[in-house]
Amino acid sequence: MTYSYFPGCTLKTKGKDLDIWGRASAEALGFHLQELDQWQCCGAVYPMAKDEIATRLSSVRALMAAGEAGQELVTLCSACHHVIKRVNRDMQTDETIRDRVSRYLGLQTPYAGETTVLHYLEVLRDRIGFDNLKQKVVNPLTGRKIGAYYGCMLLRPASEMGFDNPENPTILEDFIRAIGAEPVVYARRNECCGGYCTIKSKDYARKQVDAIMENARACGAQELITACPLCLYNLTENATDGLPVAYFTQLLAEALGVKEEQK
Amino acid sequence: MMDTIKRISGVNPRKCMKCGKCTASCPAFDEMEFHPHQFVDMVENGRIDQLMQSRGIDFCLSCFACVERCPRNVEPAKLIEAVRLAVVRQQGGDHLRPEAIPHLLDENLPQQAITAAFRKYRK
Ligand code: SF4
Ligand code: SF4
Repeated sequence: MTYSYFPGCTLKTKGKDLDIWGRASAEALGFHLQELDQWQCCGAVYPMAKDEIATRLSSVRALMAAGEAGQELVTLCSACHHVIKRVNRDMQTDETIRDRVSRYLGLQTPYAGETTVLHYLEVLRDRIGFDNLKQKVVNPLTGRKIGAYYGCMLLRPASEMGFDNPENPTILEDFIRAIGAEPVVYARRNECCGGYCTIKSKDYARKQVDAIMENARACGAQELITACPLCLYNLTENATDGLPVAYFTQLLAEALGVKEEQK
Repeated sequence: MMDTIKRISGVNPRKCMKCGKCTASCPAFDEMEFHPHQFVDMVENGRIDQLMQSRGIDFCLSCFACVERCPRNVEPAKLIEAVRLAVVRQQGGDHLRPEAIPHLLDENLPQQAITAAFRKYRK
């Protein structure tokens, strides 16, 4: 199975580990991520204002390119995922936005959100299946106690993201179980880490991060995983005394044995 | 101005039943001089100038906790975003300039943070 793939700006630079191990693991699991020929940064924040049109265009272009290739569009970064999925929904439901985007791009064929947007984790859950993933694991991460850090963007607003239960998500815990480790559930796993404010106020970001770390540690987590480069940065750099944080794809690659192969 | 805010946010503040759940969910409420539920009320009552002058609006994390948990589907975050845009769209309203970027950077800061900051703090 081949999917169109939107890596996004960060995965080409600071977030390489999310990208590299995601792609390598995909091959081991029997699917292929085909990077879109031309893609532009999604803008990293969803334009909430209805009159912001230009900031929606790069998402629409990516969506249309995947549509033309007859493929579903996969993202790994939770911010890209958030932005592209919500812009796609605008194209499905908001006539004014659809109309203005169409005129802006001079579209011959109208686009009304026909492309399916999937996060990599959704591919694992809904296309591959966690049971199948489990069977492909060669190095189960037995005994490791891992806390899933969801953050905001994968989950909310659930009416638009349709990713998982926003208050009691399970997808990352199921993933952790599939790779042979033990998931640690803690209350703050879906509370914002304050990443956007790291540029404005480190102190504020630190306060958020410390609360998350304290909670995760008290519940027995020894390490955390995330799908967001900004969360990873923030949880790592702004923690007073943090747990180690990795991308979920790094652990996936480890469990599938693709890390050794490439060494 | 009130109409502009309502139009670009698409929010009807009159749906709010003043339960305060948005503020209770908000990780940034301590940093904002007007908490999300007050914010909704102030838009409803046309106190936009006061909101535009409030520094606290930059601390909204766009985490959508208030949107998710509001029982009336008011979407307070969209109002905050609309007010923030009203500020940065003014002449000279930017408060992040490209010249300021280099000293904000450190070795590991992801591009995403910079792109997001540009989107949030300048037009
Ligand atoms: S949660 Fe919704 S209804 Fe309750 S105060 Fe906030 S905006 Fe109003
Ligand atoms: S989106 Fe902004 S106002 Fe709403 S809960 Fe998050 S930080 Fe608070």
